[in-house]
Amino acid sequence: MNRINQALAQDKKLISIYFTAGYPELEDTTEVIKRLADAGTDVIEIGLPYSDPLADGPVIQKSSEQALRNGMSTRKLFQQLQGIRDTVDIPLIVMGYFNAMLQFGVEDFCKACEAIGIDGIIMPDLPIDIFERDYKALFETHGLKFVPLITPETSEERIKTIDELGDSFVYMVSSSSTTGGEQGFGEEAMSYFKRISDMNLNNSLMVGFGIKDAFSFEQASRFTSGCIIGSEFIRRLTNAGMEGIAPFIKSLK
Amino acid sequence: MSKYSVSEKGFYGDFGGAYIPELLFPNVEELRQNYKQIIGTDDFQNQFKSLLKDYVGRPTPLYLAENLSEKYKTKIYLKREDLCHTGAHKINNTVGQILLAKALGKRRIIAETGAGQHGVATATVCALMGLECIVYMGAVDIERQAPNVARMKMLGATVVPATSGSKTLKDATNEAIRDWINHPKDTHYIIGSVVGPHPYPDMVTQLQSVISKEVKAQMLEKEGRELPDYVIACVGGGSNAAGLFADFMDHEDVGIIGVEASGKGVDTTESAATTILGREGIIHGSKTLLMQNTDGQITEPYSISAGLDYPGIGPLHAHLFKTGRGKFVSITDAEAMEAGLELSRMEGIIPAIETAHAFAIFKYLEFKEDDVLVFNCSGRGDKDLETYRKYFGY
Repeated sequence: MNRINQALAQDKKLISIYFTAGYPELEDTTEVIKRLADAGTDVIEIGLPYSDPLADGPVIQKSSEQALRNGMSTRKLFQQLQGIRDTVDIPLIVMGYFNAMLQFGVEDFCKACEAIGIDGIIMPDLPIDIFERDYKALFETHGLKFVPLITPETSEERIKTIDELGDSFVYMVSSSSTTGGEQGFGEEAMSYFKRISDMNLNNSLMVGFGIKDAFSFEQASRFTSGCIIGSEFIRRLTNAGMEGIAPFIKSLK
Repeated sequence: MSKYSVSEKGFYGDFGGAYIPELLFPNVEELRQNYKQIIGTDDFQNQFKSLLKDYVGRPTPLYLAENLSEKYKTKIYLKREDLCHTGAHKINNTVGQILLAKALGKRRIIAETGAGQHGVATATVCALMGLECIVYMGAVDIERQAPNVARMKMLGATVVPATSGSKTLKDATNEAIRDWINHPKDTHYIIGSVVGPHPYPDMVTQLQSVISKEVKAQMLEKEGRELPDYVIACVGGGSNAAGLFADFMDHEDVGIIGVEASGKGVDTTESAATTILGREGIIHGSKTLLMQNTDGQITEPYSISAGLDYPGIGPLHAHLFKTGRGKFVSITDAEAMEAGLELSRMEGIIPAIETAHAFAIFKYLEFKEDDVLVFNCSGRGDKDLETYRKYFGY
């Protein structure tokens, strides 16, 4: 079984952390992963930095710009991740923008991920119809889960279509906004979490966008399998460095 | 269906489509499902035509530039889009899209702008229609296009500086897209060029195609035939070019020439000549030719003209280029500035620097004496006076 599905099968709310590879320093990538895993993170999303990250807010964009200035690239990331499976056994997902994958070659990208032991891919700007037509078979061949996104504006009919494309989890965007906003969730968001949960999809649900502490984590995971934290983690990493990683993960539990 | 019009899925050959995050899907889908139907209604067409005539000042003249014709020994017409209200062709599109936004019940308008022309054109129609207007503009462009910033503010728009990346048009576009993601219900995004996800390239081409329709009628009147031998326009994203080319693309005997900005030269790192320096990839939701490094990171383009330093071109233009239907020429800063000066001195028309690029092609292309050339004189040079002044030392 794919590591993502193994994690989702556990009877607990999953903590998933997004971070930008090559940030704050180029060679920090594997150190961040190891510290996250040691601190009890359940799933890690390794962000491949992109020059024009449309679905991300200012914190992630800034960290991406810094990582690119540091010299991060697709090839560099795959080099850094060689051997990561010797020490880390939690699910690892690569998150990036489709142009980077396209320029590397989609098949080569999938092969490289498989060789490293990557479990899944999140590409926010790879539309589901093009994924299904051109790349679904390729992802499956290389054992990679495709994680689609939904938002509060996604229609029920479309959610059902999206649900059929993957068999791990759906990335549920908490609100129709780019990453990094919000504070705690209001009634509207809570009823959206419940509404989707009540649809009993084949995929599990993980909520992302707007989670920053134990309170918002509890809210967003009440009806779902767990949460994805990105901007807040990067903010902490920027301010407190490596030493701040373990305390932050523990503060969420 | 013509060879060069958009497919049902939003593609021009290999280019186009809607490579957008799911977060943008509802916004773009609402537009995709409605734009053709709305534009096709009598109500829309009547309002659109009436505003273009009485507010924008259309039809714009097709002017025979006799002095220029004599110098280059060919027949040169200028399609005077520079005489449009607000000083460029951009307003054809914003008038159309504001009517569309109203038909969709939107209350808030956002736009990106490079040179500021599209921002001014958007702020203008928002003032006219009483809608809130937010314009994203690169911090660098705000500096170099100060008069247009003042115009937008005077018209009641909020100008938000884009401070990420190169702080120019591509970054302003990113910010506008983010704003749209954050306001999925009440906001319409007026993209100013034939770029972005489907249906924008097609929608903007349709709204700008009034340019080529008028040229056809005016050609018939002046030359006794509808088709010129060449249509020529500068290409940043490519909206003025798409508007001029639209009704001529299917007439294979009409030569299509797009003129890109090569900045300080295509062999330097400061250029915006996408057909030479670009490769296929995805930018702002569209598969097209764009300037990028081997990793797919989008390169920061450069041109002396803020309206041409976009790292991609619209998918229609990528298709025209790849199929060989369109010929693309690139012009340096210096060549464009000289051409702008020449047009000013010989015809008494100070063009926008973007527009001036098109008039520099005579260095590279030869025409026959009985050829009829139609240039899109897409914008006037008022906004660029400071750049001209510094360059020529006036």
